[in-house]
Order: sequence, then C-alpha cells, then structure tokens
Amino acid sequence: MIEHLIPILIGTLGAATPLVLAGLGELVTEKSGVLNLGVEGMMLIGAVAGFACAVETGGGAGAGLVAGAIAGMGAALLFAVIVLSLAANQAAAGLALTIFGIGLSAFIGQSYVSYSLPGLKPWAIPGLSSIPVVGPIFFRQDFVVYLSFALFGLVWWVLARTRLGLLLRAVGESPESAHAIGFPVIAIRYGAVLFGGAMAGMAGAYLSCVYTPLWVQNMTAGRGWIAVALVVFATWKPLRLLLGAWLFGGVTILQLHAQGLGIAVPSQLLSALPYVATVLVLVLISRDRKLLQLNLPASLGKPFLPGS
Amino acid sequence: MLEPRPNPSRKMQLASPLIAIALTLFVGGNLFIALHKSPLDAFRVFFIEPLSTANGWSELAIKAGPLILIAQGLAIGFRARIFNIGAEGQLIMGAICGGGIAIWLDGVDSAWVLPLMVLAGAVGGGLWGALPAWLKTHFNAEETLTTLMLSYVASFLLSWLVSSPWRDPGGMNFPQSVMFGDPALFSMLFEGMRVNTSIFIVIAAVLVFWVFVTKSFLAYQLTVGGQAPQAARYAGFSSRRTVWVSLVVSGVTAGLAGVGEVAGPIGQLNLNISPGYGYAAIIVAWIGRLHPVGIVLSGLLMALIYLGGEAAQVTLQLPAAITGLFQGLLLFFLLGCDVFIDYRLRRHKRKKRIAPTPAVRGPETPDAPETAMVPEPTAAPLRTASIQGERA
Repeated sequence: MIEHLIPILIGTLGAATPLVLAGLGELVTEKSGVLNLGVEGMMLIGAVAGFACAVETGGGAGAGLVAGAIAGMGAALLFAVIVLSLAANQAAAGLALTIFGIGLSAFIGQSYVSYSLPGLKPWAIPGLSSIPVVGPIFFRQDFVVYLSFALFGLVWWVLARTRLGLLLRAVGESPESAHAIGFPVIAIRYGAVLFGGAMAGMAGAYLSCVYTPLWVQNMTAGRGWIAVALVVFATWKPLRLLLGAWLFGGVTILQLHAQGLGIAVPSQLLSALPYVATVLVLVLISRDRKLLQLNLPASLGKPFLPGS
Repeated sequence: MLEPRPNPSRKMQLASPLIAIALTLFVGGNLFIALHKSPLDAFRVFFIEPLSTANGWSELAIKAGPLILIAQGLAIGFRARIFNIGAEGQLIMGAICGGGIAIWLDGVDSAWVLPLMVLAGAVGGGLWGALPAWLKTHFNAEETLTTLMLSYVASFLLSWLVSSPWRDPGGMNFPQSVMFGDPALFSMLFEGMRVNTSIFIVIAAVLVFWVFVTKSFLAYQLTVGGQAPQAARYAGFSSRRTVWVSLVVSGVTAGLAGVGEVAGPIGQLNLNISPGYGYAAIIVAWIGRLHPVGIVLSGLLMALIYLGGEAAQVTLQLPAAITGLFQGLLLFFLLGCDVFIDYRLRRHKRKKRIAPTPAVRGPETPDAPETAMVPEPTAAPLRTASIQGERA
C-alpha cells in the first residue's frame, strides 16, 4: 500500500496541472463577470496547436506550450467578440466554442495522429528535492508543474492584493457602477477572457506535449468541464481551486493505480470515477447556497453593453 | 455602436439564421479554397449530391430524426433557461435500456418487444435527465455541469456493458452486443432503404410539441420562468416544476432517439451509437429558434451537414471532423447575428455626458419613470410583453 502512495502523489500533481492552469484561467474570467463554458474547446484547440507546433518546428514541449497558449487566446477572442461586443448569450456561445473546438482540433489533428513527442524530463530542484516524502512529490516534477505553482501565486496575488484585481472584481460585481465611474468594463473583460483562453490553451498543450505526448482526438476527455466545475467548487477562491485540482488529480491517478492496489472493479467504471466525483463535489458545495451567493460574482453570465 | 431597439425585430428573428448560414458557407468556401479544393465542387458534394438519390433522402430522414426529436425536448428547457447539455448521455442511457430489453428478450418472437424497448428507452433517458433535476432542485447543483458529467458516466457504462456482460460471445472480442432480431427492430418503410417506422415517433413528437408550445399554459409558464424569473415567482409559477419538466422531457426525447438508433440503423449496442447527436441537437434547437417547426427545418439542415461531411470524406478526402467545424461555426454566427434582434447598428455618436443631478430638473418636468424597460438581449424568440404589464 505505502509503496504505491508516493508514486500516486507524484502522479497527482502532474494530472492536476491541466486542471490548475485551465481552472485559474476560468476563475479570472468568471471574476470579471463572464461565464465561459468553452474551456473544453479552448483546451482542445490549444492541445492540437501546441502539438502541431512542437512537431513542425522541432521546438519541443516549450514551443508547444507557447503555441497552445496563443491558440487558446485566439479561440477566446472569437468568444469575446460574440459575448462582449455583440452581447450574445454566454452559456450558448461557450457551448458553441466547445463544439467548434472539438471539430477544429479533430480537423487539424487528423494529420498528426501517428506522431509522438519526447515529452519533458522531470527537473529535480537541488536541495528541496532531497527532503523525504515532500521532496519527490513536489520538487521532482517537470517545469510546467512549477509554472502552475507560480501562476497560482500570481493570480492569488493579483486578485487579492492589487488595484488590477480590485478593478476586475468591481467589473464582475457591478459593471454598471464600474462603467459609471469611468472604468473600461468591456476592455477589462476582454483581458480576462483572453487570459482564460491562454491558460486553457496552455493546459491543453500540457496534455498533448507533456502529459501524454501524442495527439488523440478529444484527448482532454472532459477536463475542461471539470475545470469549470472546480471554479464553482472553489467558490471563486484560488487556494481552494488548487486543492480541488489536486483532489481530482488524485482521483484520476488512483484509477490508474487501481490494479496495483488490488481493486477488482472494471476499468471503464473506474474511468467514470472523476466525473462521478465532480458531480458529488458540485452537489456538496452547491448545497450551501449562502456560501455560493456570498462569493459568486454578482453579474456572472449577464451581458453588458455600455450605453444601453 | 449598438443601440437597443424599442421592440425586438421580427424580421431579424427570421433573417438571423439565414445570415448565419450564408456566413458559414462563406467561411466554408474559403476553407475549401485553402485546402486547394474548388468550393463549387465541394458545395455540390456537400449539399446537392447527397439529395440526388432516393436513398439520399432516406439517409437524410435517418439523421434528421434523432436530431429533431432531441432538439424538441431541449428547446423546452432552453426556453426556461435550463441548459441540458447532456442529451448525449440521455441518448446513451435510452439506448442501453432499450437495447438491454432486446438482449434480454433475444429470440422471443412477440409484437411487444419493440414497444417495450421504446418504453424502456424513454424511461432510461427520462431518469438520466431526472437525476440532474433532482440534484438541482434539492442541492442547487448547476445542471449544465451535472448533465455533461453524467454523459461521460453514461458512455463509460455503455463501454463496460458491451465489453463485459453484454458482449456478443461470437463477436470476435469486439466491444459490441449481439445483433438484434427482427422483433426488436423497427421495420423498414421502403425496400432497400434504411428509413424505418421510428420516423413516426419523430412526427408524433413534433405534433405533440407544437401543440404543447402553442397551446398549453404550462409552456407559457416555462417561458416566463426563463425570461423573467421574478415575474414568474410573483405569478406563483413553480421554478422547481420548471426544472423537473425541462430535464425529464428532454431526457425522454433523447432516450427515444437512442432507442431509435439501436433498434434502427445500428441494430445492436456498440460504442458508436451516436455521432454526437446529443450535442448537435443543441445547435438544432437554437437555429430552429426553439420553435417546433423551426427545429424541423434546422434538423434537416444539420442532417444535411452530417451527410455532406460523410460524402466529403469519401469524394474529397476531407477529414470527417469538418462536420463539427461547420456546426460550431454555424452556431457562432447565429449567436452573433441574434444581437440584431434586440439592437440595431448606429454610427458612433458620442453625446456629452451630463451628470443626472436632481437639481437640474425643472419643476415642470414630469417625473420620468424610474426604470426604463430595456429588453434583455436574448436568443429566445418568445417575448413576454404581457407579463411585464402584470408586473407594473
């Protein structure tokens, strides 16, 4: 049992990284009052763009991650034009983005089906990685895992401690008042949506270039939706999001190690575990309406057009 | 600069899907050019060739049937702002329950097998829709996320069933069930074509939904609940019932569509029982303006895109994924165009902003109404002007 625990925990962090990245992006987007349900689509577009770029340029995972982030941002821009400039229904536009992303990524990915990439070697941080137990779990990971820690810190700091964070929250709470004071509501929301897109795109590229370094159609397998659910679970707080992502990473990895642990349940039913867990967690957290109401950005999902 | 219209434009409501289709074709044409294919050839392969034979029309009916059926159910929920996006899972559960009956009664020659399968499919889909309804009404869990998560669960359940307990022993280890016998299949309408009697379920459903939407008070309540939740609450309409009706009804239609597939063109349970009908139906409902008749038209269009995608795969060597690409684009453009139902374009004119201080107002000015009635931009076609009057 114990000999499985450390590998499971090490794997947990890697499995959680796409959720952390996409989840943080969606958190910032939702804080600005925009509900983007297209995370799954943006992740897929990022995954295929990252993979294609890594293969074509030979630049490896690093180039793939950058390309993924840019592609995710492009997809988010499409969404932003429709919901911010044209004030379309956000839920429907998010679904459109996901359907579009599934189609586009499969279309582009068709010619990359048989390719594979070398992936990324874990990079042990000298000193820290030799701490027993904690060292191998946290400090012998690939650099994207460290990057996700850094981005978590950045998002937390910006939201909680800076003027930009205050502005973002003001726009999400009451775009009318923010507009009346003279803040560029639409511009700020564009920024937040694009940031969300870049993060989702990078999360997708992590999957295709690092985690399982090959292209498979629909390879995100609902992780984008789990990231959206995580934001609700986290009640729009970054630290809870990080912990929630680790929890889900753990469930995912547990299912891979189930055979070794001697759990005799059919693999398909174990694969359903993360999705069942998402539903259960949503139920648990949503029961407390007050907690949700308290943290929910008041204008989430409502279109806003200045001057109307 | 967008300026709100005093009344939503009826003309734009009808024109918007047409403009969206035109824009999709335009982008599609450019895509074909980028792929070094003649756009005219491509469009002929996509939209004309599939309909040039009787068999093509039969295939169109086979693909349009489930899309129309599911979209009818989804539209009820969308009117009430209940976003069931898990129709794919409800379809799978319908197929599992209906198909399970066929496997259980394999070899039984009775006229009751098929009706029993249809019933089981409806119940299976309905229950899979009822679960998120229960989670929403009792625990406040967002239906968008729960319905979608349950779709993944349903597909893993199907995958387990066809690879373990229900696997065809003579099926070379493929994950699929036995082929259903004739009593468990819808009978063909015409010799040599796949279109079958399940089409009558679709036709009946369209009629039922048409009557329901145009004539029933419940449908009106659902719409009001979606458009103006506070007015609905004031009028005493139950939001719980809205959730239950929306999700169970759409689950039932998706479940029926699932049975129609496994007891129709597929004839067994396997992993490919739906080419994403549950998701495409979302677009069908939207392009059909959430109206039963509109959904029939948009369902036929979407089925044609599926057929054209298959033809393009064979004739033009284009990847099948082009279907999803077109579907997504179409919905994007529609949502973008829909804004002009409630807004019109005005050239940018910046007025000097005057601070609305009460002191400026002269004594002779009559009191302006506190809140202007600005219609909320929405994609739903129905308006509830009367309920706003009730509120005042």
